[in-house]
Amino acid sequence: MAATAAVAPTTDIPAGLTRDQLLELYYWMRLTRTLEERLVNLYRQTKVVGGLFRSLGQEACAVGSAYALRREDVLSPLIRNLGSMLVKGATPLEVLRQYMAKGDSPTRGRELNIHFGDLEDRNFVGQISHLGDLVPVMAGITLSFRLRGEERVGLVYVGDGATSTGAFHEGINFAAVQHCPLVVIVENNGYAYSTPTARQCAAERLADKAAGYGIAGVRADGNDVLEAYRVTKEAVDRARRGGGVTLVELMTYRRKGHAEHDNQSYVPAGEIERWAAENDPIDRYIAALTGRYGVAASELEALDARVRAEVDAATDEAERSPFPEPTDGLGGVYADPPSAPVLWYRQGFARAVDRNERAQGWGTFNG
Amino acid sequence: MAEVTLLEAVREALAEEMERDENVFCMGEDIGAYGGAFKATDGLLQRFGERRVIDTPISEAGFIGAAAGAAHMGLRPVCELQFIDFISCAYDLLTNYVATARYRAFLPCPMVVRGPSGGYVRGGPFHSQNPEAAFLHTPGLKIVYPSTPSDAKGLLKSAIRDDDCVLFFEHKYLYRRIKETLPAGDHTVPIGRARVAREGKDLSIITYAATVWKSLEAAEQLEREDGLSVEVLDLRTLQPMDDAAIVATVKKTNRVLVVHEDTVTGGIGGEITARINELAFEWLDAPVRRVAAHDVPLPYAPALEDFVLPQTSDIVRAVRWLAAY
Ligand SMILES: Cc1ncc(C[n+]2csc(CCOP(=O)(O)OP(=O)(O)O)c2C)c(N)n1
Repeated sequence: MAATAAVAPTTDIPAGLTRDQLLELYYWMRLTRTLEERLVNLYRQTKVVGGLFRSLGQEACAVGSAYALRREDVLSPLIRNLGSMLVKGATPLEVLRQYMAKGDSPTRGRELNIHFGDLEDRNFVGQISHLGDLVPVMAGITLSFRLRGEERVGLVYVGDGATSTGAFHEGINFAAVQHCPLVVIVENNGYAYSTPTARQCAAERLADKAAGYGIAGVRADGNDVLEAYRVTKEAVDRARRGGGVTLVELMTYRRKGHAEHDNQSYVPAGEIERWAAENDPIDRYIAALTGRYGVAASELEALDARVRAEVDAATDEAERSPFPEPTDGLGGVYADPPSAPVLWYRQGFARAVDRNERAQGWGTFNG
Repeated sequence: MAEVTLLEAVREALAEEMERDENVFCMGEDIGAYGGAFKATDGLLQRFGERRVIDTPISEAGFIGAAAGAAHMGLRPVCELQFIDFISCAYDLLTNYVATARYRAFLPCPMVVRGPSGGYVRGGPFHSQNPEAAFLHTPGLKIVYPSTPSDAKGLLKSAIRDDDCVLFFEHKYLYRRIKETLPAGDHTVPIGRARVAREGKDLSIITYAATVWKSLEAAEQLEREDGLSVEVLDLRTLQPMDDAAIVATVKKTNRVLVVHEDTVTGGIGGEITARINELAFEWLDAPVRRVAAHDVPLPYAPALEDFVLPQTSDIVRAVRWLAAY
């Protein structure tokens, strides 16, 4: 992050963030949005294999919360958490290669979209589609921190819909009784596919679920990146101090369909437009930065240009990446054996068929 | 009469059964106003109202368990899984509670659990599964897996009328690709009966679901290029399995290839092979062979998915091997 000369009054900057950090938050949100816009272009050119999932309007949730973690902390993203993954060190190149099913993508073409992770270095887990499953997994990851006396914290995201799963319930309850250093973020974006939150859960506030687990629960404005950061940081600090699990409900809005194919016919007229006009997290943050925190518009434009250049370069590189070798699909199910066998009809057929190939009279075996 | 897709056939069956019997109702995620992720229930909410078309929370164990309770009380629930891959979330309820209800407690469970299954669609490991074998091993569950619109409609209607729990798999690759004019009137197809999809005399392919179409394609190619006459038996129902039809085709051609899209180890092909061994061994001129998916989670990249799943060319090769045996 380029250092800037003009320094805003630090008293005004919340949660102990520096001016550079404020700009960094902007950079991650812009990168998230620009990268997704690029993916839309690639999707329309049919270069994206499979579905495309957007987090338009939810960038503050993803970025602000992930920014509260240290490098050694483990993050478990969901499908709207591209921004969180970028903050944690995932690169646009990795994301583009994943979406394009390239052989040098993080999963070597085995898994799709942002279903990938890195538990060795950058510390984020690869999600699976089955909603809620990562909550108990993160209970176990954070249990390992507690058992080993490590000062590390875990953060797991779920959508409003995923709070209805059995896995969510069992996982958060387990983490709660074990006082695991875990933060559970419920991104309440109003819809689970077409289902509004009120049909998902009879409680008015998902944060209230915390009471049933005997853990702390808070609700905050997820479209305010600084607020998302602040409440998550508090929960992360509590977890690191040994204070156990916190459920954080971040209020936001899903402006795009469940995936690119979804036309959102179920959304009341004007709702999306209202959120776009009045509550876009990037617009709001730009207003705060240029107003309250004395950032010049030109500084933000420079960051926008940097993001565009980075996404352009990553796109070029991803396009040049090769597709996987077919047989690579057989490897890695077990540590030992390292690869599943090629089945007989592929492997041995050449020999077996060649021996008898094209016998005269085929078709007359039964006379 | 107009041709309909397999997807439309499913929708027709649901609507006709809801019309016929007021105890029939639907539950699932996003099946109401949205009409389901694949639009299988499109229009049902408008026609039958919220009382009978229920959008559920993302709680597969919850609504499938609830279906069992409602079924005990005389209702006939039809549950949609958004993708059949999520049936695993309700595995406990289905295999422990539902499957044993009649046997241990004399409680009927007339319910259907249906949803889009199968690969060849670049869906990756969690939107491509074929979970039939996981349930074949549990006595108490019926399993239906049609390959044509006409069978989908007729079998779904039979499944809804059946007095036990029926798992009904709808191959999403076939949803919009296969079209057919449906028989008029109250068209039902009996559960437990296979169908000869193509007559032949040299060799039989026993299969179901999407690989029926791959097998038919292979059979045509083999007839054209090799002069082989290949019979294709579409099982349609996997539990109960149509032993008579299996034995009949073995006796007719004496050579059998079993083809399915699910992974080979522990797949249904093993059960079919064992039955042939027990019921018709003397009629075989060659070992029964299987063409099925490689034993790995289904990968997403086209090159990988195409390699892992059985293709028409594999069936052609395997048939040539068997024919020459
Ligand atoms: C156990 C399970 N059931 C169903 C689905 C299908 N599905 C995928 S995303 C989705 C909606 C998720 O809504 P939410 O958790 O609120 O997250 P959002 O998409 O709004 O971010 C559904 C039903 C799934 N992935 N997992």
